[in-house]
Amino acid sequence: MFYAVISLAVMGAVFGVILAVAGKKFAVEVDPRIEAIQKILPGANCGSCGYPGCSNYAEAIVLDGAAMSLCPSCGSDAAKEIGEIMGVAVDGEMGQRKVAQLMCAGGTGKAKPLYKYEGIQDCKAAALQYKGPKVCNYGCFGLGTCVASCPFCAITMGDDGLPVIDRDVCTGCGVCVRECPQQVLQLAPVGQLVHVRCSNKDKGKDAKAACEVACIKCKICEKNCPEGAIKVVGDLGSSIAVIDYEKCTNCGICVEKCPTKVIEKQEPVAEIGCRDTNENAAEASTGCALCGACKE
Amino acid sequence: MRDISIIVISAVLINNIVLSQFLGICPFLGVSKKVSSAVGMGLAVTFVLTFAGMITWFVQQFVLIPLEIEYLQTIAFILVIASLVQFVEMVVKKTSPDLYKALGVYLPLITTNCAVLGVSILNIQKTYGFLDSVVNSFANAIGFTLALVLMAGIRERLEDADIPASLKGLPISLITAALMSIAFMGFTGLI
Repeated sequence: MFYAVISLAVMGAVFGVILAVAGKKFAVEVDPRIEAIQKILPGANCGSCGYPGCSNYAEAIVLDGAAMSLCPSCGSDAAKEIGEIMGVAVDGEMGQRKVAQLMCAGGTGKAKPLYKYEGIQDCKAAALQYKGPKVCNYGCFGLGTCVASCPFCAITMGDDGLPVIDRDVCTGCGVCVRECPQQVLQLAPVGQLVHVRCSNKDKGKDAKAACEVACIKCKICEKNCPEGAIKVVGDLGSSIAVIDYEKCTNCGICVEKCPTKVIEKQEPVAEIGCRDTNENAAEASTGCALCGACKE
Repeated sequence: MRDISIIVISAVLINNIVLSQFLGICPFLGVSKKVSSAVGMGLAVTFVLTFAGMITWFVQQFVLIPLEIEYLQTIAFILVIASLVQFVEMVVKKTSPDLYKALGVYLPLITTNCAVLGVSILNIQKTYGFLDSVVNSFANAIGFTLALVLMAGIRERLEDADIPASLKGLPISLITAALMSIAFMGFTGLI
């Protein structure tokens, strides 16, 4: 017993010393700017910049001269800070940040179920079974693939079986948009408050049969919009009301006129600029179980 | 001399570490996409395996057996292998950053490459002397490299081949590995 402990300890110490010496001898100098930039980046490794992770992006900025404004999560402030480190002036506003928006309101009791899904609790798996467990082939399944994918803990599953996006926390990284097999999530500027909560492109009658809160392509919104911002686009049978965010003034007339109440106006959020996202990412990367406790 | 040549042929062809003994499958499938990185991985494993064979033999003969603590074989050998891998990682990072990137996570994973620990323990079990141990370790590493490079060559061609969609990627690689394994069984009659 005594020899066992001693011999292993001695071996460990000997190897440790050898490695320490080798580490000095074979040390690779890393550009300190890489680490500095890495600290600014959110550290969520969402991949929206086009690089596998935040550290790869930091490396690419320093070594390959990649653009400094690719991170959608931290916006213009971060780009400026990175520019300071690199000694380059980054000018121009990135504009307001974007947040994910769910283009579906067909929660439990509103959208008609096609069958009872008892498989793996994942939207991608459900999408393989007869195009999903709802009659509507365009809607949200509510199985939480987006909730699990969000690197910032910004999405929770609501009581009505639809994901709720916390716009204060969402950074617009777009991971959920890419993960959603129904493509029912979209990125929109955080200042955009009016949204068409439906993605169903079927004819009005079919859409209404599938879901209580469906866009029935009546074009009442299009006729009443003073700015010409909302339009039913697409051919008959594959059309949907779409808001042009450039033109929309959030007046809310379409919200009142819509007969199926599928257009919603949200309350504005306090902050539309860039925030420090490091905290959320840290929470997520330290084994966030998506319990929702961090929200309270 | 005859003994040594038998050890070499046996380790490289007949009892090929990957294709006959099924050790070290993880890097065999993980790093066999390109011949260049397969060669690099093969060299790294050759280095680690040969030196691990050497050092573990010394550890076994001069530490574990005299102190009668042979039951610590696994943990002591893993300690040796882990240190060696750390060392290799530093050297590769310094000398060839491109190879370091190409190998990626598979370089530190040599630590958990069962081929390395397997060969070290087999050396002891077969009661090889020091020279036999080193030769056997080196030959096994060559066998590993051979299998890895052959697999990489085939997989490079598979990239352009017209494969049914359901077999693309890993499935066809596994089938290829199985066929290679069967082919290597043909060497059984060599000795």
